[in-house]
Amino acid sequence: MAQMSHATFARRALAGMAALAIALIALLFGANQFSNGSYAPKLGLDLEGGTQLILAPRVTGGATVSPDQITQARDIIVQRVDAGGVAGAEVTTQGGRNIVVSMPGTPTKQQEDAIRRSSQLQFRPVLAIAAGSPQPSPSATPSGSPTPGPSGSASPSPSPTASVPAANPASPSPTNKSAIPQALTTEASPSPSASTSTSPTAAASPSPSPSASASTSGAGQAKGDPYSLDQITPELTAQFTALDCSKDGALEGIVDDENKPMVTCDADGAAKYILGPVVVSGDKISDASAGYQTTPQGQQTSQVEIQLSLNSEGTKQYADVSRKMVGLQPPQNQLAATLDSRVIVAPSFNEAIPNGKASITGGFTITEARDLAQQLKFGALPISFDLQTREQISPTLGSEQLKYGFIAGLVGLLLVTIYSLLQYRLLGFVTIASIVAAGALTYLAITILGWSHNYRLDMAGVTGLIVAIGFTADSFIVYFERIRDELREGRSLESAVATGWNRAKRTILIADGVNFLAAIVLYVLASSSVRGFAFTLGLTTLLDILIVFFFTHPLVTLLARRPFFHGGHPMSGLDPDKLGAVKKTSYAGRGRFTTNPPRLAGGEGSAS
Amino acid sequence: MKFSDLGNDLYTGRRAVPVVPKRKTFYIVSLVLMAIAIAGLGINKLNLGLEFSGGSEFRVTSTSLPSDYEFKARDTLGAANDTQGVRVSKLGANTVRVQTERLNDAESARVAGELAKAFEVSTDKVSSTFIGPSWGDSVTKQALRALIIFLVLVGVVLAIYFRNWKMAAAALLALAHDLVITVGIYSFTGFEVSPATMIGFLTVLGYSIYDTVVVFDKVRENTNDAFANGRLSFAQAANLAVNQTMVRSINTTVIGILPILAVLVVGAIFLGPGTLLDLALVLFVGIVIGAYSSIFLATPLLVSLRSKDDAVVDLEKRAARSQAKRAKEAAAVAVPAGVGSGSTAIDQRPVGNHEGVVRGAETPMAHEEEAATVTGRQVHKYAQAGPRNQPKRAPKSRRK
Repeated sequence: MAQMSHATFARRALAGMAALAIALIALLFGANQFSNGSYAPKLGLDLEGGTQLILAPRVTGGATVSPDQITQARDIIVQRVDAGGVAGAEVTTQGGRNIVVSMPGTPTKQQEDAIRRSSQLQFRPVLAIAAGSPQPSPSATPSGSPTPGPSGSASPSPSPTASVPAANPASPSPTNKSAIPQALTTEASPSPSASTSTSPTAAASPSPSPSASASTSGAGQAKGDPYSLDQITPELTAQFTALDCSKDGALEGIVDDENKPMVTCDADGAAKYILGPVVVSGDKISDASAGYQTTPQGQQTSQVEIQLSLNSEGTKQYADVSRKMVGLQPPQNQLAATLDSRVIVAPSFNEAIPNGKASITGGFTITEARDLAQQLKFGALPISFDLQTREQISPTLGSEQLKYGFIAGLVGLLLVTIYSLLQYRLLGFVTIASIVAAGALTYLAITILGWSHNYRLDMAGVTGLIVAIGFTADSFIVYFERIRDELREGRSLESAVATGWNRAKRTILIADGVNFLAAIVLYVLASSSVRGFAFTLGLTTLLDILIVFFFTHPLVTLLARRPFFHGGHPMSGLDPDKLGAVKKTSYAGRGRFTTNPPRLAGGEGSAS
Repeated sequence: MKFSDLGNDLYTGRRAVPVVPKRKTFYIVSLVLMAIAIAGLGINKLNLGLEFSGGSEFRVTSTSLPSDYEFKARDTLGAANDTQGVRVSKLGANTVRVQTERLNDAESARVAGELAKAFEVSTDKVSSTFIGPSWGDSVTKQALRALIIFLVLVGVVLAIYFRNWKMAAAALLALAHDLVITVGIYSFTGFEVSPATMIGFLTVLGYSIYDTVVVFDKVRENTNDAFANGRLSFAQAANLAVNQTMVRSINTTVIGILPILAVLVVGAIFLGPGTLLDLALVLFVGIVIGAYSSIFLATPLLVSLRSKDDAVVDLEKRAARSQAKRAKEAAAVAVPAGVGSGSTAIDQRPVGNHEGVVRGAETPMAHEEEAATVTGRQVHKYAQAGPRNQPKRAPKSRRK
């Protein structure tokens, strides 16, 4: 019987809702017991205050900081902060120089570093390697020492589509016998130092044109061959010898100029390097993701790697670099990836990589790798920042704003209760119950999301939730009005509930669907507080649909079977007489006729 | 007259608000409101908060901060309330941060001096600097881009759902109307536009489009019926739809507004001007305007937009013929039908001549028996009363 299945469905739906609520409560309880959850929602910066970090740019080499750089850095920091959850941080510039990050709660040291780290990824050829700390015999010959560095290996991507080099017909002139990267502009004087001495194989590699387009990496500047050992000047050697990677702050004085060779350590200080100028810079990265490395057979290993996709220019550069370095002798066939001037990995090339897919492996944990991938994706900060001050900040809105907002919300709810009781009589209680259920679920959801996604409620969020009462109530109103419309058409209550629901369902779905669309688009595309709004909107819309489908409708279906509503009691809000339903004369059995609308769906004789 | 009766009459069409027939009036009202709002924007520029434009910041360091530091700071700046765009917060244990709109050097020096005096510290304990916007151009640009993409998507989704692009166009026009008027309110009141306000605007936008979609869904239902049975013209069917959803619109708006009204009253009495009050006001105005436009603007706009469509023109002719025929029949059967005869509707509500009835919007009577319902929609008699003489099993609870 159809009615039985309606009722069964209704009971199951209600049970499902109860199960969901219990599951959420259990999750919240678990979060509190076994993690750092809390039973109250996390509050935003304007309501709870938080931490203010002032970041001052680290200027090296007497360079000045331009307003553009600061603005750019601000935008990138905003993205980084946003990536850490829906926290609603505030990032401003101060005095045209410093960047002020105000974020709710207390960031961990790790979060703090992730925000201010410049995350400049650069690829530089290795010229020399030595152990990180000075050896007993300080006359460390620059070259030739075995590589104690991290055991990274270049992962030759399995798809050797060699299209990229071919797509580079810009300068078909085969550069005369040398592997000097030559700028397209011929004025850039070809390097005076013919680098053939060290690696004859390099010249043999028939590279068409190592087009380091002169504008960016500067590899084509008059400095010459970035792979040449001639770049190791005596002072560089002295610097290299003096460098002790085991000391803290060993790298303080390092000048990281992308056009010049430099001396640096690797991330854990075990090795030190002399590196050539930058051959591929980090701004060529179009995407980055972190994961576990897979073998060519597709099996996952425990090695964490960061996959980089380069843009077309970067692809070209990387292809050229790899092609050239394959033929060099160790350690010169190693390409170091440096992050903020430190070598994270320096793999050697086994073959040319023409497709612009680079991968970095190193001693990361998977979380570190994910953080790093995110930072690489959003781009490097144009400058590094030092933490100048770190202070607690009080809420900008007084606590009374929240208190009175809360009181007002309760008063509003009371008014809504009174109004719906007046309008819908006892059916109004269904509205209230649904709103209360929606409220409880919202509370659970935002509290859990606060724990899992650092979702924080600010003043705009609070008012958004208050407005959501209206949205949620509207779904019931649409539904109830449809039921009433069907009753007016003369349907029996059960039939009216079923038909009214079918019609109301469409309306509720399209109206909520539009809202949900808004939430998704704004969440994906906008930043900072707009994102927070989108999150709240999406959450309340989803909960609204959930409540209407699996709480209100089942409840009404079940109630419609109770004699109180079924009989159209005047207080039920579904009294057909009051609704001006079509009066029918029905045969009530045993020779009696009634002029009331049929009370039961079947059984008694039909009209006329 | 009780509210429930009003609902019934609006549903049957016995009484109707002439939304569509009088649409020119509503257009004029909306145009005037929008003109005022736009003029207001021209005269009074929006008062953008320092989150958008940047400003000046002062830091007062004192070993013993009074607990009423906030009031003291505001008082010094001559801004006892929030609308002046002064933000006061405490940094650490003994620094007060005061942010205000951008001041020139002379003013900065003066304010710094006054702050020093108010907090009884020497002037070198007060630092002043400029701060940049936290809601910079890039945030605005991103938000605008997201908004435009959203509007395009909504247009497409609605056009597909309603199978008619003009419905989407009418909904978006109504939306633009709501936003212009809400923004106009801000320019007139001179309220500060803060990020919270922007969120308020977005909420209003969501609400407005939601409201319009709900009304349009009923319009779609009614006009589809009209196209099928040719009894009502497009305008009549649309007008009936607006009236049938009127009770729902009123209820929704009241329920949506009651909590906000509570915030407004509580905020005004206990808090004075501030974010809460600003936000509540923009939402209050936005929701009322949104409800107004969904009823009085969107549907009339749709009727106007579609008035030249071939199908609509054709329907109008069919509806006129059908209504003329029925009017003739009704005149012929002037004698009221007997009670209990089964032609149920006619004795309840004679055609025409009720006060408030708009004749054009009068719903047709049904002739066929099973379609004898108040609006002429077909409801099978089994749905009304169940099949004839079927054995009925008592519910479980009543079985012996």
